[in-house]
Amino acid sequence: MKLITAIVKPFRVDEIREALQTFGVQGLTVSEASGYGRQRGHTEVYRGAEYRVDLLPKARIEVLVEDDDAEDVVDVIVKKAQTGKIGDGKVWVVPVETVVRVRTGERGPDAL
Amino acid sequence: MNGADTAFVLISAALVMLMTPGLAFFYGGMVRVKSALNMLMMSFISLGIVTVLWVLFGYSLAFGDDVGAGLLGDLGHIGFKGIGPETLTGGKEGIPVFAFALFQLMFAVITPALMSGALADRAKFSAWALFITLWVSVVYFPVAHWVWQADGWLFKLKVIDFAGGTAVHINAGIGALAAVLVVGKRIGFKKDPMRPHSLPLVMLGTGLLWFGWFGFNAGSALAANGAAANMAMNTQVATGAAMLGWLAYERIRHGAFTTLGAASGAVAGLVAITPSGAAVNAFGALLIGVVAGAVCSWAVGLKFKLGFDDSLDVVGVHLVGGVIGTLLVGLLATGGVGGATQLGRQAVGAFSVMAYSFTVSWLLAKLVDKTIGFRAAEDDEISGIDQAFHAETAYDHTGVGAATRTAAPALHRPPGTPEQAGPEQAAAPKNKKVDA
Repeated sequence: MKLITAIVKPFRVDEIREALQTFGVQGLTVSEASGYGRQRGHTEVYRGAEYRVDLLPKARIEVLVEDDDAEDVVDVIVKKAQTGKIGDGKVWVVPVETVVRVRTGERGPDAL
Repeated sequence: MNGADTAFVLISAALVMLMTPGLAFFYGGMVRVKSALNMLMMSFISLGIVTVLWVLFGYSLAFGDDVGAGLLGDLGHIGFKGIGPETLTGGKEGIPVFAFALFQLMFAVITPALMSGALADRAKFSAWALFITLWVSVVYFPVAHWVWQADGWLFKLKVIDFAGGTAVHINAGIGALAAVLVVGKRIGFKKDPMRPHSLPLVMLGTGLLWFGWFGFNAGSALAANGAAANMAMNTQVATGAAMLGWLAYERIRHGAFTTLGAASGAVAGLVAITPSGAAVNAFGALLIGVVAGAVCSWAVGLKFKLGFDDSLDVVGVHLVGGVIGTLLVGLLATGGVGGATQLGRQAVGAFSVMAYSFTVSWLLAKLVDKTIGFRAAEDDEISGIDQAFHAETAYDHTGVGAATRTAAPALHRPPGTPEQAGPEQAAAPKNKKVDA
């Protein structure tokens, strides 16, 4: 099994989620994140005092999939997340040792 | 008794009362989350403290018979002695003294609250309470007597201060500066970003202040008449113009029309028009507004250059705006009053209040600091004084309610029952000694 983590622009989340659902992904987790990469932050002004805001809001999507599906799921995410502008984010894949479905106690791919 | 005037002054008193919670929101939104409640409380507590002092001796010191030289009232009216429902100001066409005293009380409440913005995030709450208790007693009540009591020395000098440019705004602005010099800078001043945590709250507070200020300014006519109407109009005109003045400066200098700028500009205009009353015409009000907006917008940057941490710009807005309004009315007053002579009188009013208030405020702040300590402990300041002094936090940011922050059964223990060490106790927030 693999854990796919995608950091994407927040406004792309809905389309990614729909595309993953169409692909057959049964569940995922979305959380708010902030960070920076090549995209630079912005400046805010409060009564003339200027503050650089370096961390930008992003969405983090986490999906657990079977090994064979990993490449395809990554492709789906990248296709939907891409705007071509700086700050589109990153996607990475890591191996997962085990997964347990809390309700039933099922383990491994059955728990996905 | 004049019924119309009485009704107007009573309603104005209620309007001015609303300004103090309005100020609390105005300031509260500007601080960081960790001290938002403390900022609200610094204003709100004034409604309690000053009200009690007012009954005990404040009204008498400010508006009692002059003890000599126009410096202070006597103690003839302590506990409102000699004042009943039938006691009127002036002659048979006056208003009840209770209406006047209630109206003036609201001014005494908001003036020390104005200073709180300068000490955001770092003052011990008990020290603040002690400081404003001393400050209204020794600074505000006498200065109100100078300016508004018929025997007060600035009143007799014919200084125009319709609604409190000197007694309220210059007084609070310079008092705040003195207190800041004693208390010192916030940890991280000029280094850490100290962004306002809620500009919508700031906007709400500004709206309440603007609304209440009609009572503050027009109500100061103490009569439902043309002067009150004129003052109400001037209030609106100067405030609108000042908002535009601030935004214009900001757009040119910093490239954006900020929400905080609009709110700050409006307050600067309200401050600057306060001394004028109906003494200026609409064009005078426009000019006062624009100048106050633009100059205050520039003045709020001074603290970074000069290195005093007037956190929420009490000096930049109230002192500078108050001085601008107090001096400009000397030039712009209609009816042949404005000119060099009147400007001179206005300057005497402004600078005498500044000198007295700065000196005494500094001494009082030092006194508080040397006795109980003005400043919060360093770790409390860093982790947030809301928890340290109020045992609360402003917002619950946990998505699932209380699941990760246990409500503490230990805190609801009936008095006298011993503490029990157990899992519940361990989960409860540490009930540490509150040094507030």
